[in-house]
Amino acid sequence: MNPLVYLKRVLIAIPTLLGVGLVVFVLMRVVPGDPIAMMIAPGASPQDIQNMRALYGLDKSIAQQFVIWLGEVLQGRFGTSITFRQDVLTLIGERLPATLELGGVAMLLAVLLGGAAGLWSAARDGGWVSNLIDALVAVIQSIPDFLWGLMLMLLFGVLLPWLPISGRLDPGLSQQAGTGFLLIDSLIHARTELVKSLLLYMLAPALSLALPVAAMLARLLKASMQEAMSSDYVMLARLKGMSTRHVLLVEALPNAVTPTLSLSAVQFAFILGGTVLIERLFSYPGIGSLAIDAVIGRDLPLIQAIVLTFALLFIAINIAVDVLVVFLNPRLRASQTA
Amino acid sequence: MADAKPVSVWLRLRRNPRVLFGGAVCLLLVLTALLAPWLAPQDPGQQELMASFEKPLLFGYAASDSALPNYWLGSDNLGRDVLSRLIHGARIAMLVAVISATLAALLGTLLGALAGFYGGRIDSLISRMVDVWMSFPPVLLSIVLVSVLGTGLWSVIAAIVIVDWTRFCRVVRAETQAQAALDYVVSARMLGMRSWQIVWHEIRPNVMPLLITLFTLEMGVAIVVEAILSFVGLSLSSGAATWGGMVGEGRLYVNQAPWLMVFPMLLMMLAVLGLNALGDGLRREFDPVMTR
Repeated sequence: MNPLVYLKRVLIAIPTLLGVGLVVFVLMRVVPGDPIAMMIAPGASPQDIQNMRALYGLDKSIAQQFVIWLGEVLQGRFGTSITFRQDVLTLIGERLPATLELGGVAMLLAVLLGGAAGLWSAARDGGWVSNLIDALVAVIQSIPDFLWGLMLMLLFGVLLPWLPISGRLDPGLSQQAGTGFLLIDSLIHARTELVKSLLLYMLAPALSLALPVAAMLARLLKASMQEAMSSDYVMLARLKGMSTRHVLLVEALPNAVTPTLSLSAVQFAFILGGTVLIERLFSYPGIGSLAIDAVIGRDLPLIQAIVLTFALLFIAINIAVDVLVVFLNPRLRASQTA
Repeated sequence: MADAKPVSVWLRLRRNPRVLFGGAVCLLLVLTALLAPWLAPQDPGQQELMASFEKPLLFGYAASDSALPNYWLGSDNLGRDVLSRLIHGARIAMLVAVISATLAALLGTLLGALAGFYGGRIDSLISRMVDVWMSFPPVLLSIVLVSVLGTGLWSVIAAIVIVDWTRFCRVVRAETQAQAALDYVVSARMLGMRSWQIVWHEIRPNVMPLLITLFTLEMGVAIVVEAILSFVGLSLSSGAATWGGMVGEGRLYVNQAPWLMVFPMLLMMLAVLGLNALGDGLRREFDPVMTR
């Protein structure tokens, strides 16, 4: 593989990130509300307000502020949150693991559900089972994650109170302050009751995020499987008398799975974007619900840092997808080295 | 193309179950939105503090007091009639859906056609913009935008247009690029047609089926985004009857009065499913590759 191709891909991402930074920066500076007005004590003198303004650098022009901010960001300094009065990076560092775990579990669910549905429908192609799955998949795909969240909350939180619908963990369970990746930590330390509670709290929000993506994956996998099943090598395998299961899983699947895998990687970004709202709905303490609090509280440094974090994640995922596609497809690999 | 045989197209559409279902849902929503003041049994803002959390009569619950008006779908924490609020909410939902989908389609199509037809610098500028846009989580971007623009119907519409024009832009750009390379466009150029004439007379009819589908999908997206913004508390003032606002308020009483969330959720689902079915059905009928 030619490493220059990837280097180029990474370099292209830089102006995109700059663009994202600029858009957010300018947007947040034209906000009519004054963030300082929300944090000063009543009765503060104009001098106090002026000092506060200078402290957060709000007394300079927008262009100056952007250059200063950019210089700070490049050194890894994202500033102090106005509402939390804490370092922005520390705040994000505390919340990001929860979001990544939620996104990871949702992705896993999407791949498992979508993969199973796509394979099952392909195996029974033309039959009523396949038609039923296809119809369900079409309906599931057209309902967005927000509505799934509402439905799951009402179904399994209220009507049949099986699942918790608020928070990340049973408040009675102790959690050691570790990396913040509670699920991974408790898996490593084999704390089963903690793992169970975390997964239970995660199930409804993760499923809301996973269902539309699962449907999309199922559709694509089925289409690729149908194409693979009508190919010569599958015909040959059938003529050799191999079982349907063997033909499906061993002959057709490895050839048909590539587009589905790269779509799942792309959809991981979609799932992470969806956490903004789903975390809010289920009061899940991740970076998404933090983002909404930050916007409502007009917390400029925090909003900028969160949006940049998301943009960085999205761009990293897209680059990873490009690498993955080449890695999975030998033909592309050959053409790029040539 | 579709214009050639209008009669047969109508017949075909009428036989397509997706188009029928989607069309019926759309018609229902539009009529409800237009006739809301006459359909709603009560004033949607009318508070009746003696009648808060009345259970829905529709589910066979009896009213707590026979002197109360009929709360077919129950009442909320302030004793407002859920049915009337839903009916008035349809107005806002449809208004947002139609206006923002139209504007997003216009903006996205214009930029997409420019990028796809002219290529070169214009294309790379517009494509870079799309890249930047795609690096934002859409929900976060729309929330940030509304907080910048201030709450209100027009801010919500503007936020949806600013976030979602890329959906149209990407598709139209790709399609225009593909069409522009085909022989018929090359011949049109050789015949001396101007660029805008080619785009309008030659390329537009071929991109239209795709646009119609995207448009109906976008209407569904807009309804949900408006609901999301209301849910977060950023759409209209809290007194206004919006589906998302009802869900957001209902979330506070989800264990006590689940019907406050159930009915607006069901309506949104119906709207989204209907619009998706309509778009899907139209695409299947219009797309020459799929009908073959």
